[in-house]
Amino acid sequence: MTTSTATPAKAKHRRSTTRRQNLYGWLFVGPFGIVFLALLVLPIGFALYLSLFQKSLIGGTRFVLFGNYVKAFTDPSFLDGMWFVIRFSLVLIPLQMAISLAVALILDIVITRFARFSRLMIFMPYAIPTVIGALMWGFLYSDNFGPLAEIFESFGMQAPDFLSSSLIFYGLLNIVTWQWVGYYMIILFAALQGIDPTLYEAARIDGASQWQIVLRIKIPLLSPALLLILVFALIGTLQFFNEPQILQQLAAGAIPNDFTPNMYAYQQAFSLANYNYGSAISFALGAVVFLCVYIFLFATRKRGSFFS
Amino acid sequence: MTVTPMELTGTNPKPRRRVERRTTPRTRGRIPMNVVLALLMVYFLIPFWWLIVNSSKSSAGLFGGGSALWFSDDIDYIGNLVELFTYSGGIYARWLANSALYAIAGGVGATVLAVLAGYGFAKYSFTGRRAAFAILLGAVMIPTTALVIPTFVLFAQVGWTNTIWAVIFPSLLNPFGVYLMNVYARDAVPDELLDAARVDGAGEFRTFLQVALPLLRPAIVTVVLLSVVASWNNYFLPLVMLSDNRLYPVTVGIGLWQSTASTYGAAGGQSLWSIIILGALVSVIPLIIAFLGLQKYWQGGLSIGSLK
Repeated sequence: MTTSTATPAKAKHRRSTTRRQNLYGWLFVGPFGIVFLALLVLPIGFALYLSLFQKSLIGGTRFVLFGNYVKAFTDPSFLDGMWFVIRFSLVLIPLQMAISLAVALILDIVITRFARFSRLMIFMPYAIPTVIGALMWGFLYSDNFGPLAEIFESFGMQAPDFLSSSLIFYGLLNIVTWQWVGYYMIILFAALQGIDPTLYEAARIDGASQWQIVLRIKIPLLSPALLLILVFALIGTLQFFNEPQILQQLAAGAIPNDFTPNMYAYQQAFSLANYNYGSAISFALGAVVFLCVYIFLFATRKRGSFFS
Repeated sequence: MTVTPMELTGTNPKPRRRVERRTTPRTRGRIPMNVVLALLMVYFLIPFWWLIVNSSKSSAGLFGGGSALWFSDDIDYIGNLVELFTYSGGIYARWLANSALYAIAGGVGATVLAVLAGYGFAKYSFTGRRAAFAILLGAVMIPTTALVIPTFVLFAQVGWTNTIWAVIFPSLLNPFGVYLMNVYARDAVPDELLDAARVDGAGEFRTFLQVALPLLRPAIVTVVLLSVVASWNNYFLPLVMLSDNRLYPVTVGIGLWQSTASTYGAAGGQSLWSIIILGALVSVIPLIIAFLGLQKYWQGGLSIGSLK
């Protein structure tokens, strides 16, 4: 809608159009805007405010400016937790992406009723609450209920204990992979289905093999979807909480209260009633996640997707 | 990917799922792929199988040393179900009802806000739109759990903690849903169609309800599903907000049972373990049914936002 002439009638019409656009635009966006202000901006502002104070037994609450942040970024509990989730993301995310991509590519080629059925079954864990997923795998890992001991003993071997402190990393890795691969696979699969099939035919006429089609056409065209998945996985993994919290009881001693930054914030706020420091940790974690994702998206911006 | 020209019929502008039009029916190389799919299916379904088998067992069968992946001699679903739904005054049924309430109120509420805002962002050029949308995109990157502790402290000031609103209100915030609706509405609702409705004398809201809304249906179903699943599966938020166990959703409830049973050890908590296992199984059934029933909607819809 471009009106460029300057006759009074048209100018008047344009003004009323602008007014209408403004009024209705804000009316539609407004309800969400109110929720956004009340439940996102306000809590963040409040957390920031709280995090500037420190409570001690003597002297009550006092203003310490960035004291809590200095404390957090020199607190081994917070730093170790941060280091754990970063290490965990570095292993988990490539693994999840590789599996979901491979499965999506297979399902794009194999079109049978069996393949359709398996697509649905692989997706199924997404419908399971992470708490229940962690619980199920906790059972499978455990000595009392699990089949691992049974299976390994039949081969005369000792079963690995995924709930021990040396293997808990892999125990958790398996749970999260199981939970999310199906969801990512569906996103990639849907994106693959959206690719124009004439591209493949043209490539085939030019003599491209199935592999070349995958590498040169499919994967490049999937890059926006892959980027989206990566961002989701990164945001989700850095705020890791549910699975370790649930396994904590089953894995005696392998998961301390400061295992991940979120668990540490929870412990500070609710076991120790230290809301100021808990808020500071939450805020610091949120800021780290935001910065990581933002830098990442900025670095890959040229490929264009989320910010386009 | 660029925006495709709009059809005035306003049907789904995303490329429809490709019909099976492979010209070369290559069977060679398919068998390994099917084997891979079959193995993956086993991996993804094993925890479910374990739940189905073990929820049939009595405590004696569970700890009796039989196979963990096969039924014991007495299959007692009925007995375990009765125990599950009568334990502690039938609190499990209450938890299920709470979960349903939180998921539906939170999920539907979030979707309504997201549809309005997404449409507003897509179809009105109001003052401040670009800035507001940039802030929205930034908010997608804020980890939701980082908001939970600050929101708790905020709600505590006004006495909202430990009420159903403490769980429902924060679930209304779904910036990603707004982003999805915006992306979809931009393409699926042609401006020409809206202008035609306006010329015919329909008001802005009537145009939205009668012209735009039907075109947005695939995206609405997707956002409803995503938000309902997110609320149903939520653990951290209700865990923090609620202290009265009659208000718990099923995730927090089962988490509570699990930690109680673990505290008593495998021996003491024996009777509790069998209802935890069945409780976990029962709690995943509603969403599995929802996903199987609504397949044709979400399978295409999940790719929105990954094609651009």
